[in-house]
Amino acid sequence: MPDTQPSCPLTQQETIDLYFMEHRAKLLDIAAFLDRVDRSNPDNSKGADDFRMKAFRAAVAHLTDNAPDRARRIQEIFSDPTTDPIPAAPMKGALGAWDPATGQQGGKP
Amino acid sequence: MKYIDPHIHMVSRTTDDYQRMALAGCIAVTEPAFWAGFDRSSPQGFFDYFTLLTDSEPKRAAQFGIDHYCWICINPKESEDPGFAREVIALIPEFLKKPTVLGVGEIGLNKNSRNELTILEEQIALAAAHDQLILVHTPHLEDKLKGTKLIIDAIKRNGDIDPGRVLIDHVEEHTVKHVLDHGFWAGMTLYPDTKCTPQRAADIIETYGAERLWINSAGDWGVSDPLAVPKCRLEMKRRGHGEDIIKKISFDNPRTFLGQSQRFTVDA
Repeated sequence: MPDTQPSCPLTQQETIDLYFMEHRAKLLDIAAFLDRVDRSNPDNSKGADDFRMKAFRAAVAHLTDNAPDRARRIQEIFSDPTTDPIPAAPMKGALGAWDPATGQQGGKP
Repeated sequence: MKYIDPHIHMVSRTTDDYQRMALAGCIAVTEPAFWAGFDRSSPQGFFDYFTLLTDSEPKRAAQFGIDHYCWICINPKESEDPGFAREVIALIPEFLKKPTVLGVGEIGLNKNSRNELTILEEQIALAAAHDQLILVHTPHLEDKLKGTKLIIDAIKRNGDIDPGRVLIDHVEEHTVKHVLDHGFWAGMTLYPDTKCTPQRAADIIETYGAERLWINSAGDWGVSDPLAVPKCRLEMKRRGHGEDIIKKISFDNPRTFLGQSQRFTVDA
């Protein structure tokens, strides 16, 4: 932890009062997104195995583990864990999750 | 309360944005050279872009009482061809002499490729040779953590760079500690989807403190918000933070870092 730590001035009750409705809505967005994926036409075999969705489901599990630093730990789930530069940039954009099958960021630019 | 947006791409924004920013308290911006949403076909395209940054844009900003400064470099998204990149790098020293240029930036990595890293190292050396401040772009999303570590290693390898004269931008929860622990300044970019929201930026300030940390909008031609800095200030105020820390993160800190260049003359 840092030396200087100006923690949130709000009480826990005030934090819940201020943010609950907004994050209730965001939680429902996530639930509806997962339902939408399930309901979508399985036009290929990759849907459930899509590397982004695997990371997404792993990340969701961290929300309820009651351990600290959830945001940092979820960021790390989506991150490329390798350490060496890749031979060449395959595209300019990013996909939001690292693809362990390719060892680098594959897929559409 | 006045503020500085130390990272915004105003060439992509309208005069209405300048007006709204001025009304919200913005008195100065700094604009790093970056990708325009397409690859320029020649080094001459960069010459024209650098001229836009150093000549035209300060005049446009001045109409709204905003001081405009900039940074010059070839960005990592157009650094995959080293030969092309070196032709652009050859143009940079001429522009470093311009009165509103604060340093070399935003250099960095995009996909963490070998060629990107080579060109990054050459521009770090250029900044050292010309005693320039450095503004660093870190990669997006899944590439950010690895790229941030590669960038820190590259700057440390150079040996001639004072970390206190380098700002590493676009930090998030998983990279901010790496940057601060190595003595660099850190920037949080406030984007609706792909970087920090104002709420998460406030969380990071509460967790890691406000030393050597700033906030910026990085508003550009994509999904972004040129009023993100005042929105983050409002978020901090909503939580009960005092004006001292809000001013520190949105005015004092950028002024302190940027003031290491004698060209940056925004008064306290």
